[in-house]
Amino acid sequence: MTEVATAPATTKKDWASDQEVRWCPGCGDYSILTAVQMLMPELGVRREDTVFVSGIGCSSRFPYYMNTYGIHSIHGRAPALATGIAVARPDLHVWVITGDGDALSIGGNHLLHALRRNVNLTIILFNNQIYGLTKGQYSPTSEAGKVTKSTPFGSLDHPYNPVSLALGAEASFVARTHDMDRKHMMEMFRRAYEHKGTALVEVYQNCNVFNNAAFEEITSKEARPRMLIPLEHGRAIRFGEDAEKGVVVEDGMARVVAVADVGPDRLLVHDEHREDPSLAFALSRLASGPHSPTPIGVFRDVERADYGTLVDQQLVAAVERKGPGDLASLLTSGSTWTVS
Amino acid sequence: MADTASRERPVIDLDRAVIRFAGDSGDGMQLTGDRFTTSSALLGNDLSTLPDFPAEIRAPAGTLAGVSAFQVHISDHDIVTPGDHPNVLVAMNPAALKANIADLAERGTVIVNSDAFDERALAKAGYHDTNPLTDGSLHAYTVYEVPMTSLTLEATKPSGTKPRDAERSKNFFALGLISWLYTRPLEPTLAWIQERFGKTPMVAEANTLAFKAGWNFGETAELFPSHYEVKPAKSLPKGTYTNISGNTAMAWGLVAAGQLAKLPLFLGSYPITPASDILHELSKHKNFGVRTMQAEDEIAGIGAALGASYAGSLGITTTSGPGLDLKTETIGLAVSLELPLLIIDIQRGGPSTGLPTKTEQADLLQALYGRHGEAPVPVVAAATPGDCFYAAIEAARIALKYRTPVIVLSDGYLANGAEPWRIPDISDLPDISVPFATEPNHVGDDGGEEFWPYLRDPETLARPWAIPGTTGLMHRIGGLEKSDGGGAVSYDPANHDLMSRLRVAKVAGIAADIPPVEVDDPDGADVLLLGWGSTYGAIVAGVRRIRAQGRKVAHAHLRHLNPLPPNLGEVVRSYRRVVVPEMNLGQLVKVIRSEYLVDAKGLDKMRGKPFRAEEIEQAVLELFLNRS
Repeated sequence: MTEVATAPATTKKDWASDQEVRWCPGCGDYSILTAVQMLMPELGVRREDTVFVSGIGCSSRFPYYMNTYGIHSIHGRAPALATGIAVARPDLHVWVITGDGDALSIGGNHLLHALRRNVNLTIILFNNQIYGLTKGQYSPTSEAGKVTKSTPFGSLDHPYNPVSLALGAEASFVARTHDMDRKHMMEMFRRAYEHKGTALVEVYQNCNVFNNAAFEEITSKEARPRMLIPLEHGRAIRFGEDAEKGVVVEDGMARVVAVADVGPDRLLVHDEHREDPSLAFALSRLASGPHSPTPIGVFRDVERADYGTLVDQQLVAAVERKGPGDLASLLTSGSTWTVS
Repeated sequence: MADTASRERPVIDLDRAVIRFAGDSGDGMQLTGDRFTTSSALLGNDLSTLPDFPAEIRAPAGTLAGVSAFQVHISDHDIVTPGDHPNVLVAMNPAALKANIADLAERGTVIVNSDAFDERALAKAGYHDTNPLTDGSLHAYTVYEVPMTSLTLEATKPSGTKPRDAERSKNFFALGLISWLYTRPLEPTLAWIQERFGKTPMVAEANTLAFKAGWNFGETAELFPSHYEVKPAKSLPKGTYTNISGNTAMAWGLVAAGQLAKLPLFLGSYPITPASDILHELSKHKNFGVRTMQAEDEIAGIGAALGASYAGSLGITTTSGPGLDLKTETIGLAVSLELPLLIIDIQRGGPSTGLPTKTEQADLLQALYGRHGEAPVPVVAAATPGDCFYAAIEAARIALKYRTPVIVLSDGYLANGAEPWRIPDISDLPDISVPFATEPNHVGDDGGEEFWPYLRDPETLARPWAIPGTTGLMHRIGGLEKSDGGGAVSYDPANHDLMSRLRVAKVAGIAADIPPVEVDDPDGADVLLLGWGSTYGAIVAGVRRIRAQGRKVAHAHLRHLNPLPPNLGEVVRSYRRVVVPEMNLGQLVKVIRSEYLVDAKGLDKMRGKPFRAEEIEQAVLELFLNRS
């Protein structure tokens, strides 16, 4: 019922709800919303077959702004609710909108298990490295030493790298993009949508109120050529103003090198479809924070049966084996006797 | 082999008997009790069971902590409890004897595995420098010493089983012996052994030999002067019966609810004692379109179930106390989203990890009130193992009709206990299906058609259930307060006041849609016993005893804890004394007192075991004495 061919043509406007968007002026969330609303008409999917599910946090207001079905749930639990929706209704397209606190702190467990099960979900993780809605505490992706209201002497916690985390959980699709590049965001979201199974896209998103310019060093127009390492399937990984730098793998570790030093043949050729996640993981370790050259693009895109399909296959197999359920037979399936 | 003379030993007719099998947790006592129960059920006895086992899979062998017991009450008439005191105690070791002897009925029978009463085992059980078999402490009882271990080893020799393995068949020896003692048929158990152990023929053979040896020992050893017969129960209503545990009945009730609602079931659950068997049972029935998911935690279990409900399934989660704590936030979300959802709580001893395998009813106030904000949730309780079937259907009916989470309260005793259950005629079960919204329900200011997710049915106050995939009804809902009708996020104070009252009124209004509480009071008593949940059997049995003494007492039992039945205030006010027996420290009694300003008194028990009929009886008799 949801095939591309039957979806009527829509425009960006058709995907916007009548609700006033209430993020702070200048928030990176606006550009992500625009990218999604611009992408949706291109996907040829019906609005009524689309569900946006979120948890709690600034990003989690997102579903209110989409003219689709949607649930703004509770803190950290969006993957759990979305799993129920996607498994009960494999015909739907279920998106999860979450943030670094929602997905990686209070909801860390659900995220890991959604990735492990490979539920058919498109997860967009807005990473701004701060708690915005609660007005500025450090998050699980904040750099160590972060001075915030709850850490006046600097945070002591070592941060997560969301891409490493997802690859460690053997996620079947993992990508990274940033809020300053709409075209790249749309491409990553499209790829994630097209992936069958759990797709996680980390978006570096600027919180201009509580953590302004956190990604400036790598995402500003001027910095991008030097600081972003584009991952493109089948191509040698190179970056820099004149593509003078590249990535090699030695002893299982990825390393940035000057191409002139090693020669172009030794550069790593990116393979999204590589079954083993170790190399993708190694790439994710190139940067420990947005202060050194950081890979963006699709780290991993492999095929693995999605959970909802497997669940449905078991239902079909059960009917084939036992016939459709018959309540009267079930109730008499144990040993019975008659009182007359 | 049996000789003719022994066969002629007299068979004494009993109207009922209570037997307790007790041994080490590795001795297979639950299985032994369960098999004896099944044979008795097939014979047509009425029965009730009480499994009682430790939380540890294998507690230290031979210790009191490791004792596992299974009590079964068999009868030729209608019974409602597993019996207060066993007539026969089978004790497989000294610890089992020590842990259970105090419960034995006066002049009861003890059958011990005498091989297990060596010095070391006696000491482990706390019998230091003494042996209960020889020190005269059991003089009030009839004691039969049977060397079950050695007889089992001897009997199983032809199977070629190694002695260490053969010894494990001794529970089948005990089962055979007790089956002879109570004239149970051999065939169902022999067939079951083949079915269960058929894949390991040597084990099947050893168990068969041990079982037959136990039976033959009873018949030939001339140890027992007579054996007994408990005839089929004639007083049971006509029909086809099956022996059912509460958890199985609950699972079947949920399957039935899905069929009656014409909706697929989705169970999100995390393993927890004593609720896991519902997950196990439902997982077998995928051919009914039942989706079961063992979630990563309790929160994910209910979250996925709620998501499935949003998408048009009947979402269910099953748990026990610690899990109910974790699900609380999502129950609040379900209250706010106003979606159908079943939360099945199989109560166990608390707080915290508490007594995982023991029964209790101390989650009532949590079920009623345990959420932040004004978050009313209907609560339904099951009274007997078989009644779990109907409680599940009733809960689903309310959840679907009123678009609300419903908590179903069962407990460890109902979950694992079993009784004969008259299988209902499917056509007698209610149609609980409700329609999904398919059309816009509002005209906007611009004259265009709109869908308002919180525009309520004027009668039920339920909001429309519009599932994804429905054209034109796209809408967003969430845990933030919503405007009345339109459902957009609203921080308006007056709207929050209105919405809070509407949610409360919706649940309160269910009172008009449930039957009035029935009072069993044939004689015009002035004392009312008011119960809920699994105390049903003990209260009914206690009431029978009191009435047998010519005293008057009334009994009412609550299926619905929220809302309470519409006539309950009138009922409790019409009695001079209201006594509320509960396996907690007085929870329903608080509700009754606060709701109706009635001076109800609690009768509390917190011992991890159900009430005995005699405890109810004594408490009420004391009331009478105190009055005079």
